[in-house]
Amino acid sequence: MKELTVSTLLAVFEEMFGFWLFWGLAALAVVVALAFLGVLMRERRIAAGRLLFAELIGIGGGIAAVWFVLFITSSGLSDIGGPIDVIVVLGIWLAGAIGALIAFYALAGLIVRHPKPRV
Amino acid sequence: MVERASRRDRPGVSRRQLLAITGAGLIGGGAPGTSARATKIATKARIVIAGAGAAGLTVASRLAARLDGARITLLDARQEHLYQPGFTLVAAGLKPVSYPLSRTAAWVPKGTEWISEAVAEIDPVSRRVTTSTGKAHDYDFLVVATGLVLDYAAIEGMSTGLIGRDGIGSVYAGPEAALKTWQQMSRFVERGGNGLFLRPETEMKCAGAPLKYAFITDDHARRKGTRQKLKLTYAAHVNALFSVPIVSEKVRMLFADRGIDVAYSHVLKAIDPGRRIAAFETPKGRVELGYDFINVVPPMRAPEAVRKSPLAWQSGPLAADGWVEVDKATLRHPRFANVFAVGDVAGVPKGKTAASVKWQAPVAVDHLVADIAGRKSDATYNGYTSCPLITRIGRAMLVEFDYENNLVQSFPGLIAPLEELWITWLMKEIALKPTYLAMLRGRA
Repeated sequence: MKELTVSTLLAVFEEMFGFWLFWGLAALAVVVALAFLGVLMRERRIAAGRLLFAELIGIGGGIAAVWFVLFITSSGLSDIGGPIDVIVVLGIWLAGAIGALIAFYALAGLIVRHPKPRV
Repeated sequence: MVERASRRDRPGVSRRQLLAITGAGLIGGGAPGTSARATKIATKARIVIAGAGAAGLTVASRLAARLDGARITLLDARQEHLYQPGFTLVAAGLKPVSYPLSRTAAWVPKGTEWISEAVAEIDPVSRRVTTSTGKAHDYDFLVVATGLVLDYAAIEGMSTGLIGRDGIGSVYAGPEAALKTWQQMSRFVERGGNGLFLRPETEMKCAGAPLKYAFITDDHARRKGTRQKLKLTYAAHVNALFSVPIVSEKVRMLFADRGIDVAYSHVLKAIDPGRRIAAFETPKGRVELGYDFINVVPPMRAPEAVRKSPLAWQSGPLAADGWVEVDKATLRHPRFANVFAVGDVAGVPKGKTAASVKWQAPVAVDHLVADIAGRKSDATYNGYTSCPLITRIGRAMLVEFDYENNLVQSFPGLIAPLEELWITWLMKEIALKPTYLAMLRGRA
């Protein structure tokens, strides 16, 4: 049996967001991740200034993600009831933070002509 | 069940549990045979599914995915499909009245015929179901999934027309009634007075729902700052608040914490809307309690066509209300082997919830398909059901149990079963409905 398989989870997410929105978001995440890798490969180094700024954006992205989940679920931080809730909040924050960081870093790297590859 | 036992024996947290918890844990993890089998079985079997609610549609989807050439017919007059777990959220003022509504036609699987007529008579000897228009449908296999009826008329003085007037609410009667209940409850919370909550003495769907509404009313009043103006009383039909003792004790403690009084062994028998008095049958005789708001939960029974058919229990505790007699592990009728019952109408000791359907449907389908394929199925249903028991807006307890009153944990070590948690609220708010809809499609 009997399973909570990946296909079951995909079915649930398709119902949650709608087929096109879910797969659209998934495709967007892949595009952003590829763009991030592309920028890294092109520059062959981490741009420290841009990374710092991206980290600041990431902090905000994490907060936005937590706020969004609280908003759509009619709940607040005072509803945190146990350790698992703290873990979930941190997980949501982390997902939002990493997503925002990668997205900003990649976007800035694509827009701004920045450091040349180290020789 | 075998899987649950083996999962419980496994130390630590599995990848699946993590997937579930971060994704959409709902109705308690996985279910037997949740994915459609790759190879379809060719058959010309005629399968009638009486009822196109959650159970009927789920069974239809699963059968359609596993059989090739079968003639599957759904019989149900209802055009609207109701996501019933959403009623509580409408009655809490959190979701619009449209939230639980969809069209039955949207969920009927390809290749399945849906006849929009009510089941009027079931004759398992002739293997025939007759609809309200008199049309007969012969079958090789029958799945009874008619759901149940809310017997408001059994409460003297009560009718659905009273819902939304004079402090009377009833979350169960449908989305409109849930909205009217919210309006009545909101007015009550503003003005103050006596609030009555209760459950019937019959088997009922989602026995946690009446408890939830007491908690939600308490929470709403606290947020409005009017809690001190309210006296809330929960009238339990027996000397317990829930059929599972450990859950009953936990709810008793929470009620004490929230200042919700309990009147044990009180069964609502009559209501006087003019005087705002509810009459209860108790061991000490009839007791009248005044109310300014009451959430009426009516007795629940099998529909007449089932009750009057030979399929109903002939004796025992499930006979009086006409639930379909089935083996509680296989959901197969003991006297008519080609008949199964799934969902609310199934005469099993526990479980009239969407979670029950999620676990029952694959078992009944596996046995039916095994019959067609000429093999034996070892799938069993252990009575699993679950309820995210809302204890305030923003928190709920994940209550999962089986026939034996054992707590069954889908996420051992992660989600404590009787703890008020935000993650359980998240499940109820955002994961439950998509999982339910995926279940209707046979994909969860």
